[in-house]
Amino acid sequence: MGKFEAKIPKGPLAEKWTNHKNDINLVNPANKRNIDVIVVGTGLAGGSAAATLAELGYNVKTFCYQDSPRRAHSIAAQGGINAAKNYQGDGDSDYRLFYDTVKGGDYRAREGNVYRLAEVSANIIDQCVAQGVPFAREYGGLLDNRSFGGVLVSRTFYAKGQTGQQLLLGAYSAMNRQINRGKIKSYTRHEMLDIVLVDGKARGIIARNLVTGEIERHSAHAVVIASGGYGNVFFLSTNAMGSNVTASWKIHKRGAYFANPCYTQIHPTCIPVSGDHQSKLTLMSESLRNDGRIWVPKKKEDAEAVRAGKLKPSEIKEEDRDYYLERRYPAFGNLVPRDVASRAAKERCDAGFGVNRTGEAVFLDFSTAFERYGKEAATSKKIENASKEKIVELGKEAVEAKYGNLFQMYEKIVDQNPYETPMMIYPAVHYTMGGIWVDYNLQTTIPGCYAAGEANFSDHGANRLGASALMQGLADGYFVLPYTIGDYLSNDIRTGAISTESKEFEDAEKEVREKLEKFINLKGTKPVDYFHKRLGKIMWDKVGMSRNEQGLKEAIEEIKQLREEFWKDVRVPGGTDEMNAELEKAGRVADFLELGELFAKDALHRNESCGGHFREEYQTEEGEALRDDENFMYVAAWEYKGNPSDAVLHKEDLVYENIEVKTRSYK
Amino acid sequence: MKLTLKIWRQKNAKAKGSMQTYNISDVSPDMSFLEMLDVLNDSLIEKGEEPVEFDHDCREGICGTCSLQINGEPHGPDRGITTCQLHMRKFKDGDTIVIEPFRAAAFPVIKDLVVDRNSFDRIQQAGGYISVNTSGNTQDANSLPIPKEDADMAFYAATCIGCGACVAACKNASAMLFTSAKVSQMALLPQGKIEASERVLAMVDQMDKEGFGNCTNTGACEIECPKGISLENIARMNREYLKASVK
Repeated sequence: MGKFEAKIPKGPLAEKWTNHKNDINLVNPANKRNIDVIVVGTGLAGGSAAATLAELGYNVKTFCYQDSPRRAHSIAAQGGINAAKNYQGDGDSDYRLFYDTVKGGDYRAREGNVYRLAEVSANIIDQCVAQGVPFAREYGGLLDNRSFGGVLVSRTFYAKGQTGQQLLLGAYSAMNRQINRGKIKSYTRHEMLDIVLVDGKARGIIARNLVTGEIERHSAHAVVIASGGYGNVFFLSTNAMGSNVTASWKIHKRGAYFANPCYTQIHPTCIPVSGDHQSKLTLMSESLRNDGRIWVPKKKEDAEAVRAGKLKPSEIKEEDRDYYLERRYPAFGNLVPRDVASRAAKERCDAGFGVNRTGEAVFLDFSTAFERYGKEAATSKKIENASKEKIVELGKEAVEAKYGNLFQMYEKIVDQNPYETPMMIYPAVHYTMGGIWVDYNLQTTIPGCYAAGEANFSDHGANRLGASALMQGLADGYFVLPYTIGDYLSNDIRTGAISTESKEFEDAEKEVREKLEKFINLKGTKPVDYFHKRLGKIMWDKVGMSRNEQGLKEAIEEIKQLREEFWKDVRVPGGTDEMNAELEKAGRVADFLELGELFAKDALHRNESCGGHFREEYQTEEGEALRDDENFMYVAAWEYKGNPSDAVLHKEDLVYENIEVKTRSYK
Repeated sequence: MKLTLKIWRQKNAKAKGSMQTYNISDVSPDMSFLEMLDVLNDSLIEKGEEPVEFDHDCREGICGTCSLQINGEPHGPDRGITTCQLHMRKFKDGDTIVIEPFRAAAFPVIKDLVVDRNSFDRIQQAGGYISVNTSGNTQDANSLPIPKEDADMAFYAATCIGCGACVAACKNASAMLFTSAKVSQMALLPQGKIEASERVLAMVDQMDKEGFGNCTNTGACEIECPKGISLENIARMNREYLKASVK
């Protein structure tokens, strides 16, 4: 077992990373050729790590369940990537990005890690531009920026509403270059089903070929898990259908601690649920909050009339609208951080002011933006005494230029024209800040096993700011892990190739096979989705946007029961030795059914509200989150002991030396 | 809504496939096309039959995983969207819908509606990149101004999601739109110009090796492309190819 020690380098904050890089051991280029590294997941973190490790000279094997590395869910990130470039001259700096991220995370992230993230952020932009990533530019040819929630500067780089896609294709192209050189072997439609430990060290994985069903053994000197987050434990989320916790959960069961599982980000601007058939939720970029104003009717009878279809939102007078974010948070207004915006929407809807059939939606209205942009356009086009209609028309054109693709997406899904009637939005599960516990080197508590990107817990504390996920994924993969892993691998230069014929590999493979057979042989009555949907409902109702002791205790019991039911009554058709999507889903949902319980247990133990974790018992009179720094300023790292209920808590105390810990206020 | 579905079923790559008919009721117009297939699959599983295998992942039109030839058109009757963004309100009660996999020699069927598109990856691996190390020790991003127009055109080419609709729409099963999108993106940017010749030759060579057909300028690819990738990219690739060939 590895040490549970954060290993944050000593010395002044701004020098920690540089000094650490100077201190760690290197592997000489000739020796790197004899060292193999497995990377599981090919999104921003995994793809960039694989490319960089291969470039350094290691032999890399990548694994993804998708049919191509380019399809990892990083591709769906819309809004942008933060970097402390200060191109706008608005006073940005590494320190400010660090400060905003720690504050945004509600003082539950490590100072050392976050500062490093801010420090390397500028390199990411340089790197991506060199790779040919087509970021948005201004007419002078320089890069453009925009603003995101929770910050007061413009530091977000973007490529329309497809920033994740462009960054991922950049990492994918870097991977392709190494595949072409023979330094990366890419295994697509492969799923990791276990990690193999030899003498306590990570030495390989067991993977299933999803086309043929073959079970394969793959060895390496180190294993990197970059398989993303676990938001799909809620069934409905903005994650891809295949996004899962399996790789993370398997390493957890073999000794990697799981940190802060209850820190989940609920994104405020998603398209509301329309019915029981729904399989996933669609996000509308946070950038819309730059120009859209969020409101519900002030009068309950108006809200009821809107729900019944008797009143149109446009018929509600200005003075009868409650712009509740602007009312509650005048300083940040509609651009408060995601957790704050989500809870405020839930509060209004719970109070009976929701505006769609289900009562779970609020308006995101662009009519003010139409007028503002329209007036600007009329002035610059020298149209005198423009009529209101003309102004609105010009304004709509301007808004279309900025957000056209998002408006179109909304119309396709909802079948309403957002230029004519305000959008309806509601919060949805989007990102998980919790994840595999790692030290400063991104190493888990299993020696030789690393975790990067959303799969680890490290940088966002209890709440992630917008445009920071892409930054963290690429920082981990391009600039952090390739250095820190060398320190570990420098001890492996004489090890030689790892055999897959050992008893450890044999046992792990046998276990995987037995589990797959078990699914097929259960021959129950209900499909996997039936259980997944029920788990999702428990999680959303009792472990979702706000939680309380009683609900969490109930959730733990209900998940346990559901797990038992699943193992008695799930029906998985087909066989193990063929392409079988139901079998894949069964394995993933089985892991979610265990993780869900640990998630609720973590939420129950954390008797405070912080960031994305809101406990109803711990709030101020105004309904704001109430932290308990005295008792909970720590990372909760859980050790697996056979059952989620038996998990043992280890605490990593968080120390703030460079930042004053305050109540987070956006008022 | 009640619908009749005619779906291609094929046990594996070697087996012979055939069209099978399924009746489905209780389809809501608000469902997406893939949610309709989810409902069909759950009912097949409960009846003890094998569900229909199909590719899908993000379900928001960006990952490029979903495919399907629906009533003869890649991604179905609507424009500018992928199958996962197609909603049942585009169909009428009582309709018969024919669902097949993308058809091309270079996209062999794996099972039912799932095809193997790794040939696309191999085209990218042949040269779809800029040979720059990921060290981060490059020049400052703003030291290389790029005209907005070029950057925007490069971006539009780069929005290709690699779904393969262009190939499925083409009577020659040509991958010219797909390949030219990457060639164009890189050729339009100063960073990519340095290796432009090697890139276009290597990518076109790989495209031919994979068994994709030639382009005869019918333009079906552009119409069916969910991201509206322009035919201009093919013209640009042809110019790049010619330039590189006479060098």
